[in-house]
Amino acid sequence: MECNVAERKVVDAKNTFCPGPLMELIGQMKMAEVGDELEILSTDQGSANDIPEWINKVGHEMIDSFEKEGVWHIVVKKAK
Amino acid sequence: MRILVVGGGMGGTILANNLARRLSGELKSGKASITMLSASEKHMYQPGLLYVAVGKMTPDELYRDQVSLLESSITFRVDPVTKFNLKENNVVTESGKQYDYDIIVISTGSRTFAEGTPGLAENALQFYTEADAVNMYKRLQHFDGGKVVVAVGVPHKCPMAPLEITFMLADYFRERGIWDKVQMHYTYPIGRVHSLEPVAQWAQPEFDRLGITYETLFNMKEVTENKVISEEGTEAEYDLLVTVPSHKGMQVIEDSDLGAGGFIPTNRTRLNIEGYENAFVIGDTTNLPISKAGSTAHFEAEALAENIASTIKIGTPVRDYDGKVFCFIEAGEGKATYAMFNYQNPPNPKAPTKGIHWFKTAYNKMYWASARGLL
Repeated sequence: MECNVAERKVVDAKNTFCPGPLMELIGQMKMAEVGDELEILSTDQGSANDIPEWINKVGHEMIDSFEKEGVWHIVVKKAK
Repeated sequence: MRILVVGGGMGGTILANNLARRLSGELKSGKASITMLSASEKHMYQPGLLYVAVGKMTPDELYRDQVSLLESSITFRVDPVTKFNLKENNVVTESGKQYDYDIIVISTGSRTFAEGTPGLAENALQFYTEADAVNMYKRLQHFDGGKVVVAVGVPHKCPMAPLEITFMLADYFRERGIWDKVQMHYTYPIGRVHSLEPVAQWAQPEFDRLGITYETLFNMKEVTENKVISEEGTEAEYDLLVTVPSHKGMQVIEDSDLGAGGFIPTNRTRLNIEGYENAFVIGDTTNLPISKAGSTAHFEAEALAENIASTIKIGTPVRDYDGKVFCFIEAGEGKATYAMFNYQNPPNPKAPTKGIHWFKTAYNKMYWASARGLL
């Protein structure tokens, strides 16, 4: 019996300004397979807003978003 | 101690020269050697292609013989690597030779990947190779007006290129006297007109002042002969399409299973390949979430050369790469500014001035001193 377990890749974009967490996520999503999960780490508070905005606009799936010790963890699933 | 540098671009060249000076005694005594393997006998000043694309430089100004840039103690071979065998500490090259090493630095760079977006390569003008930049200028000469769209792929080399080509095209059309017949439309992948917020805060009012329209959160999905369709579900019609396409690392990196997309997982401060203490990466080849730019390669090369030399001399590295990046920004109308930042300090670009533009123009000639490690 096969079980499809989504692969979760962590993208560490803490303390980086350019290209920044969202651009990094866009690039990583292009290389990911449909169903893969990516967790992006960001110290930029704006990421908590602009990443979900892009995810919703494109139609990927938002899995989780939380802040822990000054680092935003945003988990998304490639939907198409 | 056999040191192998793979790639003769800005990063590899600065690293090899810096290392050759730091290890001059060891090289003379035969205790160390530095060998560079490159795909070309020529070294190109890549930022100059932007100027070629708008008729401000010619390609012959962008090249020097690679061997003329290197310290004489460095062995240089034009023999591109076809396979990296990191576990066996060797590489195999196009000529069939095997090069064994004790320390390897990989700086093979990146390449455009327009073919990753359906229709883009066939329909868009690019400026990341000599042929593409010359072709773009020739096409511009025959453009008499209409809608010009700038579209940007991810990831891309030189984060300032989308803004710079937009402002330089505006200059070009003004100088030709056809600005009133041109509508420029700029698109960008994230939710502002540049990844650096202070740069976006400066550029957006400039676009407004010049009458350049813009659309953010625009990622190319497909290109037809008259429009760009975005992942986000919008479209931009064009008469002339100019692109900063997405980039990939070199094919040999993927063929050697060193990293997805040709980008190698790299430690952000020590620049070693994750899992290896004697294999390092600099420049566009890293997977670090920082700017793919010549200055990144330059500052990484300086930090790494110091660490390799200290490891050979005293058995330990002495500094971390701090994420430093410095980018000039050509702002059009004969002005420029710059952005400088690292892992801890965000950029704070100043208003563009003619003085910085002149300095950038001078740097286009002084680059060769930089590559030699003298600047």
